[in-house]
Amino acid sequence: MAQNDTVKLIGSWSSPFALRARVALHLKSVKYEYLDEPDVLKSKSELLLKSNPIHKKVPVLIHGDVSICESLNIVQYVDEAWTSDPSILPSLPYDRAIARFWSLYVDDKIFASLDAVAGAKDDGERMAAAGKLMECLAILEDVFQKSSKGLGFFGGENIGFLDIACGTILGPVSVIEAFSGVKFLREETTPGLIQWAEKFRAHEAVKPYMPTVEEFVAFAKKKFNVE
Amino acid sequence: MISLYDFYILNEKLKNKLRTEEFDKRKRDECLKLLGFWISPFSRRVEMALKFKGVPYEYLEEDLPKKTPLLLELNPIHKKVPVLVHNDKILSESHVILEYIDLTWSNNPFLPQDPYEKAMARFWAKFVDEQILPLGFMSLVKAETGIEVAIEETRELITYLEKEVTGKYYFGGKTIGFLDMVAGSMIPFCLARAWECMGIDMITHEKFPELNRWINKLNEVEIVRECIPPKEKHIERMNQIVERIKST
Repeated sequence: MAQNDTVKLIGSWSSPFALRARVALHLKSVKYEYLDEPDVLKSKSELLLKSNPIHKKVPVLIHGDVSICESLNIVQYVDEAWTSDPSILPSLPYDRAIARFWSLYVDDKIFASLDAVAGAKDDGERMAAAGKLMECLAILEDVFQKSSKGLGFFGGENIGFLDIACGTILGPVSVIEAFSGVKFLREETTPGLIQWAEKFRAHEAVKPYMPTVEEFVAFAKKKFNVE
Repeated sequence: MISLYDFYILNEKLKNKLRTEEFDKRKRDECLKLLGFWISPFSRRVEMALKFKGVPYEYLEEDLPKKTPLLLELNPIHKKVPVLVHNDKILSESHVILEYIDLTWSNNPFLPQDPYEKAMARFWAKFVDEQILPLGFMSLVKAETGIEVAIEETRELITYLEKEVTGKYYFGGKTIGFLDMVAGSMIPFCLARAWECMGIDMITHEKFPELNRWINKLNEVEIVRECIPPKEKHIERMNQIVERIKST
């Protein structure tokens, strides 16, 4: 694909995964048309079904006449197709591997823990799931401390691949915190992540696209019919 | 016209460059160990990648399900094979390891260079491990009634790969690539053995002529052949695994 072929992104306002794609495109200053799926879980557009027939999920990046699915795949594609600065993935092979490893951890383990807390049927299950989520976040705190080297982002001085991958958990975590009254990101256990979350939300490539905590919670309340 | 002095300087620079490259090569190749397991497709594909690059490595066999202290130390998060140790670097997760290998040793690249082709290779690799494997194995083993439905659903997924390989020798084109290593280690040399145990002919010649051709081509590649678990022993072990899953 040529860099100046048309670019479209199919996303959804509330989707943390679509957020990843938007941040990446912003970082690379790519001009694109954003196509919102307002109620993506209930009703999907023709274009979405055509461009992601296997998973039928957002985000989907359409570049010229090809489409790329899956958020982390899209972020890597954006980094590789638009080679101007800033680089999203680290340059050294091992650093890239570490960033990829932990991004897979976020998608496999952390999201599974979030789902387990949200879907718990009784207090016992909820406590066990909450414990598991806390463990995962403690691990992520440790990763943050090693990766950031005191510079503020997982990527160091600048936002990078792992920041974009981890940023997706902030919305779901804030919803679970609001509903349960329990803080999962805390000064005592995850001081680094607390500071990082603030910097991430405020970053110019994130702020325009990331719903606020209040907006997320209002959305979740409506979605799950909770007062 | 180049002077003798210029020639001397160029020669010295070239000798330095070669020395540095040789040193880099030796440094890169210093210590490479792979913790694996003979029937793990995840571990076998890393072996394929290392052999494809012609990189010597030490192989350490884990006798799963028992896990050695070394494995638990090197991969405390997932406690799984494969784990690659390259000098002081420890890597786990097979897709992560494969991409690391391709970047670190630049000869014989096996990931596509084009960003879109690369994105598609990654997409299909994930599809093999996260869609075809669970449906084509656990769902089938656990299905008591309705196994025919599970078989058809698995075939529907496999049809996507049939289309991907149509018109090519391999997924990678004229030579094997990343997706051949992932799909090859998983489908013909792992899942197919499980299907054989269960008496299922999943990838029929009639429905999947291209995949059958691909499997034959794979069998012609020496480094792939070296990474195929021995069939009889594999099927015997698969039978035990299937029985164990059915009884839980």
